[in-house]
Amino acid sequence: MKPAKNIAALPPIDDAVRDAVLDVTGRLKDQPGALLPVLHGIQASLGCVPEDAVPLIAREMNLSRADVHGVVSFYHFFRTRPAGKRVIYLCRAESCQSMGAVKLAQHVKERLGVDFHETTADGAWTLEPVYCLGNCACSPAMMVDDELKGRVTPDSFDAWLQSQSEAT
Amino acid sequence: MSITLYVPRDASALSLGADDVVKAIESEAAARGADVRIVRNGSRGLYWLEPMVEVESGNGRVAYGPVQPDDVVALFDADFLHGGDDVLALGPVEDMPWLKSQQRLTFARMGVVDPRSLDDYLAHDGYRGLAAALKITPLEIVQAVTDSGLRGRGGAAFPAGIKWKTCLDTSADQKYIVCNADEGDSGTFSDRMIMEGDPFVLIEGMTIAGLAVGATRGYVYLRIEYPHAQRALQAAIETAQDRGYLGDDVCGSGKAFHLEVRMAAGAYICGEETSLLESLEGKRGQVRFKPPLPAIEGLFGKPTVINNVITLATVPLILDRGAAFYRDYGMGKSRGTLPLQLAGNIKRPGLVERAFGLTLRELIEDYGGGTASGRPVRAIQVGGPLGAYIPVSQLDTPIDYEAFAAIGGMVGHGGVVVFDDTVDMAAQARFAMEFCAIESCGKCTPCRLGSTRGVEVIDRMVQGDVAERERNEVLLRDLCQTMVAGSLCALGGMAPFPVLSALDHFHEDFAGNAHGAGS
Repeated sequence: MKPAKNIAALPPIDDAVRDAVLDVTGRLKDQPGALLPVLHGIQASLGCVPEDAVPLIAREMNLSRADVHGVVSFYHFFRTRPAGKRVIYLCRAESCQSMGAVKLAQHVKERLGVDFHETTADGAWTLEPVYCLGNCACSPAMMVDDELKGRVTPDSFDAWLQSQSEAT
Repeated sequence: MSITLYVPRDASALSLGADDVVKAIESEAAARGADVRIVRNGSRGLYWLEPMVEVESGNGRVAYGPVQPDDVVALFDADFLHGGDDVLALGPVEDMPWLKSQQRLTFARMGVVDPRSLDDYLAHDGYRGLAAALKITPLEIVQAVTDSGLRGRGGAAFPAGIKWKTCLDTSADQKYIVCNADEGDSGTFSDRMIMEGDPFVLIEGMTIAGLAVGATRGYVYLRIEYPHAQRALQAAIETAQDRGYLGDDVCGSGKAFHLEVRMAAGAYICGEETSLLESLEGKRGQVRFKPPLPAIEGLFGKPTVINNVITLATVPLILDRGAAFYRDYGMGKSRGTLPLQLAGNIKRPGLVERAFGLTLRELIEDYGGGTASGRPVRAIQVGGPLGAYIPVSQLDTPIDYEAFAAIGGMVGHGGVVVFDDTVDMAAQARFAMEFCAIESCGKCTPCRLGSTRGVEVIDRMVQGDVAERERNEVLLRDLCQTMVAGSLCALGGMAPFPVLSALDHFHEDFAGNAHGAGS
């Protein structure tokens, strides 16, 4: 085992990233099993868990960089690059499939001009697949900014998208 | 005197515009000088009628639905505040046949109470289970749960009392209660409804579990896809703490119980109990070997009771009304009631809580009213993405853990997803393998590699000629066998069930379009 690296050995890190990480770890690192809450906190503050934050998180949590990287990369929700301004989580699980989710997904991809896990060229939208939003009685479903939508059709998606661009 | 209205704050009702309906009612009431008080209740679970507005009349509540903001002026014109008739009028809630014929035990308060109000909870039999539990010994609490016949409602159906007894019998300086609220199965939403619509019952159930096994700390591991449930639970936990129902001295008993919500991060596998514990410990959600059982060595290596939301939310009722009351519902070894979730392509989707023994046909035809599309039902997936696809010929199977196992299916968490005759079952089989590949934790080979190979083999079946299809079917069945027998947990071990059921009951769909041979 190599001894833990000292602070001087940390690779360069953006000031904003460092401040965000230290703020979150300072508040949360001492609770049991703190890594997920810490990563949630960092992603809430920075929009992602940047790769250059991993060594600092590891040092603060007294974990190896591999441990932290392993956790960040395991969970679908954590991202290493920022998403677009807003993320559309589109359900592609069975209940939504039974109500046309496959066609809806095709439509949404064409409409936005992106595939799943991609961000539109103007940086406005990121499209992510999700496997169940618990809105199976009102399939197909999607969620944007914690707001759930039910019985989404290609037409209602277009109308909604239009209303969003008008609102901004 | 103000008139009380109820408009759900349930996430599904919100997804259909419940907030806009509230705004419309408020502004119309203000314009007309009507004195209304709007309570944001949970959903009754009649989702085809959401947003459903209820008006408190002299004798019970009267319902209107589905209400859209544009309907509000007409409702006021029809004097709905005094139960006036309207095209959207549904009559007294208690008399609605869909609701009246149910046996709501775990969901008794659903849609009735204000989920933010502890007083409302107390006024509707809340915390009576805890009061009863505080008067008896831990062993007697465990005995009551055992005697009730309650089995784990997350899907595995393991007797809850036995789990609790194992944990009670260990000695440790710290034990934990963990609530599995990682409700990831497609077609299921009963956990979400409880957490959003009656969160105190879950808190009460976990507190009783803590008393029973000697655990002073509890965690709710909640999926990130449920932000509304997170807010509801956190509000309820704060209130329970402020009012002495959680903390160092629960209800003056001298016993401590602390509760915390922890957010998951979008991994389906973390619904598996040992993965969930790993995740709570801040690690990758990889499955653990069993033994040791979590009841002996669970969270942070300490004895842990880990149960699903519905299991824990049913415990207060059992303590309050007695084990026999609950056990008297149900059939065979499946005792009590199951909150079934009717979803997918169905005319009347929603929450149906009934005693075990109801048939799938009664559920889909009587409650569900057939498909939403109006086309014939072709396949029903029961028990989430790892559950078998059931053909119409097996619709008379009673909903019972053993009866479903006998036909190669599983009741699971009670999710029922209906498909009409436009479904392509080869595509559904492929999706089952694809989903397993996306969500596999990677620990064991049959699941990690088998799922990807499964997708490839199904593609070859669908694209190939008859000979190629037959060769690959042998391979696929062999692969499924390996996954069932060789996987560490239910993900790899059960993902073959939807695949095999599609092969067995809908074989014609694998003939593919490219060659058309055999179709």
